[in-house]
Amino acid sequence: MKRHLLSAADLSRDDAELVLRTAAELRELADRPIKKLPALRGRTVVNLFFEDSTRTRISFEAAAKRLSADVINFAAKGSSLSKGESLKDTALTLEAMGADAVVVRHGASGAPHRLAHSGWVRSSVVNAGDGTHEHPTQALLDAFTMSRHLGTGPKGSLDGRRVAIVGDVLHSRVARSNALLLNTLGAEVTLVAPPTLFPVGVESWPVEISYDLDAVIPKADAVMMLRVQRERMSGGFFPTAREYSRRYGLDGRRMATLQDHTIVMHPGPMVRGMEITADVADADRSVIVEQVTNGVAVRMAVLYLLLGGSEPAVGGEE
Amino acid sequence: MPTHPQPVPPGPSSSTDPARPVRTVLDERDIGRALTRISHEILERNKGATDLVVLGIPSRGVPLAERIAERIAAVEGYDVPVGSLDVTMYRDDLRMKPARTLLPTQIPAGGIDGRIVVLVDDVLFSGRTIRAALDALNDLGRPRAVQLAVLVDRGHRELPIRADFVGKNLPTSLVERVRVTLAGTDDVDAVTIQGTAPAEEVTA
Amino acid sequence: MSTSYLIKNVSVLGGEPTDLLLKDGVVHEGADEAGAEVIDATGLIALPGLVDLHTHLREPGREDAETVESGTRAAAMGGFTAVHAMANTEPVADTAGVVEQVWRLGREAGYCDVYPVGAVTVGLGGQQLAELGAMADSAARVRVFSDDGKCVSDAVLMRRALEYVKAFDGVVAQHAQEPRLTEGAQMNEGPLSGRLGLAGWPAVAEEAIIARDVLLADHVGSRLHVCHVSTAGSVELIRWAKGKGVDVTAEACPHHLLLTDDLAATYDPVYKVNPPLRSAADAEALRAGLADGTIDIVATDHAPHPHEDKDCEWAAAAFGMLGLETALSIVQQTMVDRGLLDWAGVADRMSHAPARIGRVADHGRPIAAGEPANIVLYDPAATRVVDPAESQSLSRNTPYRGMELPGRVVATFLRGRATVLDGKLQ
Repeated sequence: MKRHLLSAADLSRDDAELVLRTAAELRELADRPIKKLPALRGRTVVNLFFEDSTRTRISFEAAAKRLSADVINFAAKGSSLSKGESLKDTALTLEAMGADAVVVRHGASGAPHRLAHSGWVRSSVVNAGDGTHEHPTQALLDAFTMSRHLGTGPKGSLDGRRVAIVGDVLHSRVARSNALLLNTLGAEVTLVAPPTLFPVGVESWPVEISYDLDAVIPKADAVMMLRVQRERMSGGFFPTAREYSRRYGLDGRRMATLQDHTIVMHPGPMVRGMEITADVADADRSVIVEQVTNGVAVRMAVLYLLLGGSEPAVGGEE
Repeated sequence: MPTHPQPVPPGPSSSTDPARPVRTVLDERDIGRALTRISHEILERNKGATDLVVLGIPSRGVPLAERIAERIAAVEGYDVPVGSLDVTMYRDDLRMKPARTLLPTQIPAGGIDGRIVVLVDDVLFSGRTIRAALDALNDLGRPRAVQLAVLVDRGHRELPIRADFVGKNLPTSLVERVRVTLAGTDDVDAVTIQGTAPAEEVTA
Repeated sequence: MSTSYLIKNVSVLGGEPTDLLLKDGVVHEGADEAGAEVIDATGLIALPGLVDLHTHLREPGREDAETVESGTRAAAMGGFTAVHAMANTEPVADTAGVVEQVWRLGREAGYCDVYPVGAVTVGLGGQQLAELGAMADSAARVRVFSDDGKCVSDAVLMRRALEYVKAFDGVVAQHAQEPRLTEGAQMNEGPLSGRLGLAGWPAVAEEAIIARDVLLADHVGSRLHVCHVSTAGSVELIRWAKGKGVDVTAEACPHHLLLTDDLAATYDPVYKVNPPLRSAADAEALRAGLADGTIDIVATDHAPHPHEDKDCEWAAAAFGMLGLETALSIVQQTMVDRGLLDWAGVADRMSHAPARIGRVADHGRPIAAGEPANIVLYDPAATRVVDPAESQSLSRNTPYRGMELPGRVVATFLRGRATVLDGKLQ
């Protein structure tokens, strides 16, 4: 039985398109006087956040509440990695509370997978970002945003659209999920980063890779900038922030080389002046704020499709 | 499988099943005449078209609503706002099946507050869809009145709901299947009944 | 000790059926003996008692994971008559006092002979040599020294250790892991680690240390042992060093012969081990190296962990897996059943050679009249499904749970005394 959304790889093209289509219907809700639907009345959604992420948490919280679910926020500060309460004990507590879905954010890659497959809980598990692994709902909202701006045909197809994802691919769960999902949806993804910020084996991903931002972006229909943490410098991944910005940052000069219809995206939170300059972040072609709005609709769609019926309509096996 | 009645789209094999013959009860011209009559009845009842909003319930209520709106426009010279109202999330059997695909809800720009909303659906059966539609409307605003137009009323109501405008009353057995096809969505305009099966073949 | 065993129709190293009499701790070939307990060994193979050069018995310090007694019970069930207990206990086995304690606990338990491994550096700290000579001179007579779990990464310290142990014919067993290249490492670095978002443990981190150490061993004329070789590149380096005449020996672990890194996709930490499970090509190179003798021995790296250290997120989990009770079956499946090794070869890789490297006199001897009666009887035609609950170990972290494995240890004899008989611990 399909119960969980752990990886963008769990979604077939039909699944992904169903989520996007459902999100498109649900997005209209934002414009209505009563922003609420009864579909998940009586269901309990737990937001289990082992890592601080206010924006992701409130996005899931708004999504669940708009579907009339009861929401419990569980901020487990001090994960098991720092020998606080273990993931397992937390999971057993949630199970005892009768959670129907657990939305989990965790610093350890695979923690949602463990939660889903270890027999600790019976509820659906939605991955809200795990370590340097994946963040599938972020990829869905990115694809949804692209589809609204760049989609063709009645389904807003992304077939053949070129997406450049730029930055710290090595540590980015957003890049992993987007690479998988956008490929599923027919888009052509190019990852751009200095060689030190690509994972080993990236050649086996369904993407192109490039070290040269200037060569890639004039052909792109969407440019997605990834956050680069300054701490990476201490790992020696690049010499200085200044050199990084010069080679891989999106500034006004580079923005001028984009096609007219090309949109600029960022999963947030941005490091202005590092990977993106303020004038680019605030430009008309920037859809960064819209990504946040779309996030609620996409997460509503995921929760509805996992919990709305007698069994989930999308998601991973088991 | 839940046995809650649902309009079933015609399958390719339905007309070739000899045990369950298909009978056409309304053809294209019958449907056209029924919609014209319904349109006139709506205008008569409401003394004109101002304040009307016509909302079709997807999927086949939507083209019916559009046709009614066209007829009203032809008679009155006034474009009635027309839209669609998906009731999926308000269904009382949501938990009995896998999560269903949402269908479009399009509320005309003027909204529904203070308007007379005419809901349009193809077949009125248990009344549960209309119950869901009334709940959905409740979250969208406060109409002055809600009226219901259906192409076919086949009886077997499970809730205290009735239609204001009916294309054809069609007494049926519970084992029969009523199908509405509409040009545009389907091949032709038609309402068919898939004939009574022999008793031993009644399916659960 | 007084029971004698007459083992009838046993196939020694897979040869023609013969009879063996075990009496007074010694083998008597084909002799008949009234009053001896007769064991019908038709279809069974006799191997010299297995010797493990790499076992974690966890005592002292982590008696919740394993004790000398529970670990040696597991060893006996796996056909072992001698195990080398690694030094990474709490306190670390870096003094004569600790190694003598472990040695004494082994004697008291009586399931198999325990040879403590001494730490190379104080507290495994990699800063200062431990008192290697004192451990060598102790009752435990330590000959194998290792900081296993940690690499002796300082080149000067490694050189000094290699030189110093020559005085008592010791050997340094290196855990080859370049620390800077493996900071936070979780699994084999490759396409899968990138997809799973788990920090990679690159092959080069092992190979770089092995390359350095064989050059050092050559330079100072010492013998070197390489623990748990896991990559094809390492096999190639050791093959090259042996060809050049360097006195290097190497071990491979059963799990590296059979399992591969794709199991990490389950995120189940039962597959988390150090060095990590590698690619199928690496496993194949290890099997080929073990077959041609480049890899001298199989060592289990039996690493028990309590349930809570494995029933958690991958990154939070401990490295290591059980191995004593399944080692011989895995070697049969990966080597014998594939025609890469005959039973004489198994006896060499799992008994003769490890005893030779560890300088253990009474183990790894031929099965011949007058030799110590350290023998295992093994049924290669049997099969079994691994049930962790049946393990003699205090821990349950076997990666073979639910797998059907070939072969079964029927009996283990330590100096003529049965520690396992009819598949049951005595």
